[in-house]
Amino acid sequence: MGLKEKLHTFRIKNQDKKWFPVFSGFHTFLFTPNETTHNGTHIKGADDLKRTMNTVVMSLVPCLIFGMFNTGYQHYLALGEIEPVANGFLSAGFWTMDNFLLGLWKVLPLVIVSYGVGLAIEFLFCVIKKHEIEEGYLVTGMLVPLIVPVDLPLWMLAVAVAFGVVIGKEVFGGTGMNILNPALTIRAFLFFAYPTWMSGDKVWVHGAVDTAGTADAISGETVLGSLAQGAEPSYSLMDMFYGFIPGSVGETSTLLILLGGLFLVFSKIASWRIMLSAVLGALSMGLIFNGVVDAGWIPEYSKFYALMSFEYWQHLLVGGLAFGIVFMATDPVTGSQTNQGKWIYGFLIGFLSVMIRVFNPGYPEGVFLAILLMNVFAPTIDHYVVRGNIKKRLKRLKTATIYPKASDEVDALKTETA
Amino acid sequence: MALLSKKDANLILDPLADNNPITIQVLGICSALAITAELKASVVMALSVLFVLGAGNVVISLLRNVIPSKIRIIVQLVVVATLVIIVDQVLKAFAYELSKTLSVFVGLIITNCIIMGRFEAFALGNGPWKSFLDGIGNALGYGVILVIIGFFRELLGSGTLFGFPVLGDPVTKTGLYALGYENNGFMIIPPAALIVVGIVIWVQRSRNRTLIEEA
Repeated sequence: MGLKEKLHTFRIKNQDKKWFPVFSGFHTFLFTPNETTHNGTHIKGADDLKRTMNTVVMSLVPCLIFGMFNTGYQHYLALGEIEPVANGFLSAGFWTMDNFLLGLWKVLPLVIVSYGVGLAIEFLFCVIKKHEIEEGYLVTGMLVPLIVPVDLPLWMLAVAVAFGVVIGKEVFGGTGMNILNPALTIRAFLFFAYPTWMSGDKVWVHGAVDTAGTADAISGETVLGSLAQGAEPSYSLMDMFYGFIPGSVGETSTLLILLGGLFLVFSKIASWRIMLSAVLGALSMGLIFNGVVDAGWIPEYSKFYALMSFEYWQHLLVGGLAFGIVFMATDPVTGSQTNQGKWIYGFLIGFLSVMIRVFNPGYPEGVFLAILLMNVFAPTIDHYVVRGNIKKRLKRLKTATIYPKASDEVDALKTETA
Repeated sequence: MALLSKKDANLILDPLADNNPITIQVLGICSALAITAELKASVVMALSVLFVLGAGNVVISLLRNVIPSKIRIIVQLVVVATLVIIVDQVLKAFAYELSKTLSVFVGLIITNCIIMGRFEAFALGNGPWKSFLDGIGNALGYGVILVIIGFFRELLGSGTLFGFPVLGDPVTKTGLYALGYENNGFMIIPPAALIVVGIVIWVQRSRNRTLIEEA
């Protein structure tokens, strides 16, 4: 008897045990789905929740690795130990071992705490509620370290993850039942609970908080942060696109996010409708702001001037907008389900993100607020899309010719021939 | 000889747990969310409601046979408004700072659903002694939850209890703060109270499963 059968009989035997969901979780993770295609090509794949989650996690890995390099790069750059790179995405000055090791040292603990705390709570709830462990946390656990500043104290992350998983997800019934995106719930909690660690001009570069106020003080201002203060950002367009800018760990590289997004679209995991419409929404809000500036409706001394005159399409390159659109807005649980609804939902996310980031310098990052808000409205949008469809079809019914049912004709024939 | 008969004792004890105005009947939530960022404000609010509801229930119960039922709501409002004004004036006279913290919420006791609810549901149909016990019981049930919420929100949000720093000093970094602990700003804002109330309801229902409504 092979290991696989042994585990299977073990599983059957111990079905009633308290710890069964934990064992079952690992077992299904490694050994299911057990079916393989035997003949015919009409069955394409058994994409279960686990496969879906793994695909998203895979598309996030490049962002994570880039984030590690960028953590080190931003730190050494701010210290003045290295020169800014200028040879494109593959500049040797960026992809150095020093950068990576520092990043690994800072980012890996975030990943471990995020997964450790989140999965522990998930397992605990499965044991209490006696249901199968779901893989819902795999993506959340990967997203969380990517959307927080690198110097965030680990205990804060642990508290926030516990809050996000319990209040954001488990109280609603676990994976697939949550109203709000758990990763963003965690970020929102951190943002309101510990604002000094989540915003400002210090937290985005490793070491900036520790050295603040000393002679070695370094700055870690993000592009949006400096714009909100009316200053011109000192980064080139290509730096923004490649991601050589300060920001949350894994959200800076628009290039890699774009690749991840394409991967998700082509593997049909994420909705291209949401991504496209969110981009359109962001562009149109940006265009409106640019238009207001061009029309001269807003004086130059206004505190919104710098952000409003920021080139409309560049909004997509800075902050977490691209990351949010690709990996957060497309969450199938909390987003709209209907195709028409997805267009509306995505458009409003982009639109509101840019609006919040311009009009509320207190929250220079509008993306997570916009997505959480639209998460709340997604069911309403779907409701009206479905109602609209029903109305349309009822109207069609009024003008339709209804033929007699086939069974009626048979009955009529029977009576005729009888 | 017990001080209260079993029936009378239940009038006080029931609202404390299994028929709590906040966690079971979900009444009086607005004030529970608004003023519980500090324990002191919670306690004062609880005491104010205790006075208003205890006295109000007795007054309404005494008047119950002479109030024409068509205008009973107006009469109830007059009674509760009178009592609330007394509370408000006393607070302004003896605890001015606190009355500023509580701001409009003392005045809004008038609209607290628990008070009108007890007048309508109990005082109009029972004698003064029973009404008094019922009023005290419900106000205590309300107060207990307020104090629980206030305790957690002040402890986690400001690191103090009744204004005394119990976790150390965040500025000079003593006590817990020396270890890197920081106050949770989320607990200061009203949404946190909603979540704390939710957790209290959760804990209560998982301890006593008969309280869970049929889905």
